[in-house]
Amino acid sequence: MGQGIAQIAVFLGAVTLAAYPFGLYMARVFDDGYTFLARLERGFHRAIGNAGAQEQTWRQYGTTLLVFSLAFELVLYGIQRLQGHLFLNPEHLHGVASFISLNTSISFVTNTNWQYYAGESTMSYLTQMAGLAVQNFVSAAVGIAVMVALFRGFSRRSAQTVGNFWRDLYRALIHVLLPLAVVGAVILVAAGVPQTLHGYAHATTLQGAHQTIARGPVASQIAIKHVGTNGGGFYNSNSATPFEGPGSFGGYFELFLELLIPFASVFMFGRWVRGMRNAVAIFAAMFVLLVAGVAVNFVAEQHGSQVLRASGVSLVHDGSQTGGNMTDKETRFGIAETAVFTTGTSATSTGAVIAGHDAMTAVGGAVPLTNIFLGEIIFGGVGSGMYGILFIIVLAVFVAGLMVGRTPEYLGKKIEAREVKLAALGALFPAVLILTLTAAAMVTKAGLASVFNPGAHGFTEALYAYTSQAGNNGSAMAGYGATSFSAYLGGIDMLFGRFVPLIAALALAGALAAKKTVPASAGTFRSDGATFSLLLVGMIVLTAGLMLLPALSLGPIVEGLMH
Amino acid sequence: MRRSILASVAAIVLFTATFGFLYPLAMTGLAAVAFPHQAGGSLVVRDGRVVGSRLAAQGFSGVRYFHERPSATSPAYNAAGTTFSNLGPTSPALTKLVAQNAQAVLRLERRYDPKLTIHDVPVDAVVPSASGIDPDISLAYAHLQARRVAAVRHLPLATVEALVRRHTDGRWLGLFGEPGVNVLELNLALDRLRSA
Repeated sequence: MGQGIAQIAVFLGAVTLAAYPFGLYMARVFDDGYTFLARLERGFHRAIGNAGAQEQTWRQYGTTLLVFSLAFELVLYGIQRLQGHLFLNPEHLHGVASFISLNTSISFVTNTNWQYYAGESTMSYLTQMAGLAVQNFVSAAVGIAVMVALFRGFSRRSAQTVGNFWRDLYRALIHVLLPLAVVGAVILVAAGVPQTLHGYAHATTLQGAHQTIARGPVASQIAIKHVGTNGGGFYNSNSATPFEGPGSFGGYFELFLELLIPFASVFMFGRWVRGMRNAVAIFAAMFVLLVAGVAVNFVAEQHGSQVLRASGVSLVHDGSQTGGNMTDKETRFGIAETAVFTTGTSATSTGAVIAGHDAMTAVGGAVPLTNIFLGEIIFGGVGSGMYGILFIIVLAVFVAGLMVGRTPEYLGKKIEAREVKLAALGALFPAVLILTLTAAAMVTKAGLASVFNPGAHGFTEALYAYTSQAGNNGSAMAGYGATSFSAYLGGIDMLFGRFVPLIAALALAGALAAKKTVPASAGTFRSDGATFSLLLVGMIVLTAGLMLLPALSLGPIVEGLMH
Repeated sequence: MRRSILASVAAIVLFTATFGFLYPLAMTGLAAVAFPHQAGGSLVVRDGRVVGSRLAAQGFSGVRYFHERPSATSPAYNAAGTTFSNLGPTSPALTKLVAQNAQAVLRLERRYDPKLTIHDVPVDAVVPSASGIDPDISLAYAHLQARRVAAVRHLPLATVEALVRRHTDGRWLGLFGEPGVNVLELNLALDRLRSA
């Protein structure tokens, strides 16, 4: 256990150290602080008809974003349907079924990367490389753009506009995501991730059997899959596959890429609003919740599941084995690395996995479920995590204001009825969506057809599926199967789970930007320090957490009590 | 609106060209030059023939070789169809599977070590891995099998144990993750020992 704690602590410390300067860098990128590659940027703007020239109101920003996202979704749908007739298809895979294509195109455009398909046996190289991986970049950049627009809401005074979508999108893509993806891809190839356009390899094993080894342009896709907190794997078993997560190094490196931008975004916010102490208070609240999740998952998985403990096999952790619940886990990762990865991937809306979540213990599996249900705000997805936590902050400031009888304000912006309504919509809508759709999936015959495991665990699978899709996470208790019913229901889940909070964030940006900034006075409620961190943690637990509790008690809690 | 649509179409073309072709093709070219072995799937070649990948289990069976962990793919150890088992922590199917696998391990190994009981079987030997092609086993599972492999191949146990240690990938930087014994490389080394 001590060895496990040491590796987790060193790792999280390293990410934090790297994220601080990267956050400051991101602030400069979006604040016109850099002029390098300016000609390239001008070229891009000319190519799109100078649509990036003018500042946009939040409505214009949102409309442009929606038009762009929906158009791109259609393209992605088309590529999947037509891949059988297109090039870069060495394995001669057929077009993807319509309901899977629809679910998948929504999934990748919304940064969810829920996968109702097995990559290596369904998607051609063209679809993976020029379809899905492109969305890994673009959907992540869309999230970052909205985050920056919301930051402007806090920093601007009496302004009608929140920035320009195309400018923000371009900078997120070229100055933030692409450099990380290039470096990440090169390192991943060196570690063992394939990167080739040749077809699958064929081997004759030592005992004379024939073996087909799936490969392809994997590293380039996997790098951005983590950098952009997307999570959609090239292989069905995602980063648990040794080709997608090679060595003990693989899991930690990919988690590093996942956490970098979400960690950095908090520091970027601090720099942007000239309030690093406020940012540190936010960071602390998120960090505490992250560590709590790691601890619970680690202990539960090391303890092992009911079935394994009853079986008599050795679960002891010693120098010669990891022990614990190794079902659907990989030897090179063991329990500690899997615990920190599972918590990180669910807290950040990535949804990549290095182990099967379905086979986790009741308590261990409840950790990713809870992280996602809380709204993907324990650092959260690129961009979306930051605008998610700002909803919670607005609510927290409002509640604190009511308690102490002061006018609620945050960073000099008065928080009034409109802001509170928008924040409540953004924070609570996903939870309502999840519970409604899970109920729909549990009371219909068509919905029940997707459930794989019997009993309480089967309910957890369904709850996890609609939580993961609404939260745009994409990890799964993967026994939950694809039917046309679950694919359409999931499509609705992802679409609304993404765009309702996103539009609420833009509306909030518009409302805040239009306000004057009032100077802090003796009556201002302090939004830094440990008290504020505690308030935030409390608010997170109160908003979504209380809505989750009844559902948790039907699934993981019942299962945890079973013997 | 019309302007947004036109700009979107142009942006979609540009982004697909850049991130869908330029970026992955550049990475492919770079990988082919700098890391051709890894880029091609870490294939292992013996006597001019590809015999597998160091990153994929291949389903060793019988008494002469070290075995890998159980696999839930269809067929087992399918390196072009990875999958989890998805068996939950209270699943009756998992109970059955673990009992079957443990009995199979004991049946095979007891002939060479009669004192073995189920409590000596490490958990990774009886539960499916996450990918179904986990190339590694725990040191404990390797030790369990070493006695059999040594006996069948008429080798001193110490020689086999030394090979196990040599083909163990340690923790990254000595700190991160868990050690694992690469089964394909270990078995190749055993075969080399015989031919040498």
